[in-house]
Amino acid sequence: MLELPQAMVDQVIAHARRDHPDECCGVIAGSAGTATRLFEMTNAERSPTGFVFDSAEWLRVYRDIDDADEDLLVVYHSHTMTEAYPSRTDMRWSVNTPGTSWLLVSTRSQDREVRSYRIEDGVVTEEELRVT
Amino acid sequence: MAIEVRIPTILRTYTGGEKAVQGSGDTLTALLDDLDSRHSGLRGRLITDEGNLHRFVNVYVNDEDVRFLGGLDTKLADGDSVTVLPAVAGGAR
Repeated sequence: MLELPQAMVDQVIAHARRDHPDECCGVIAGSAGTATRLFEMTNAERSPTGFVFDSAEWLRVYRDIDDADEDLLVVYHSHTMTEAYPSRTDMRWSVNTPGTSWLLVSTRSQDREVRSYRIEDGVVTEEELRVT
Repeated sequence: MAIEVRIPTILRTYTGGEKAVQGSGDTLTALLDDLDSRHSGLRGRLITDEGNLHRFVNVYVNDEDVRFLGGLDTKLADGDSVTVLPAVAGGAR
């Protein structure tokens, strides 16, 4: 289960719509499982079908989270033409972020489509997204 | 010659849980060889079988991504700081 404040979910959706037709990406830091801060990241690929964290920005954000003794709670990104479900590419890359929720937003329509997953050993498991 | 290397959580299994380790070498390749002699397996997580930097990791020398410096041939000097991070990527394709 992933619990996020309404304001963070709204911010993720707003970020996805702003960057559409390109994919957006970002992270949410947390402490003891509670979401604390959201970082909108630059998609260095600027692509409608993929994302890569800008490497210099990622170093600053990672260090900020690490120095605050927080954890990487969520990696989020958008899919612009397909459903909010992890792709094979997502599954391949998720091995780099063990224990982290992958939050996906789809901007293929005006509907709010946001879902959260755990990806472990190549197995995708949807988890409840509880908005508080 | 001492170079501090900061290791991300995901690779600390190779460093006995240490956040940072010390190494030496006048290039990034030499440093990784040196580290691998004490932290066996670490090099293989950073360099592919073909001898290139793995695209799943970012390596920084003094906060500069080595992809924009000299890659594995990037020169190192005493007191330099090296940081390794997992790259984060994905997408619909």
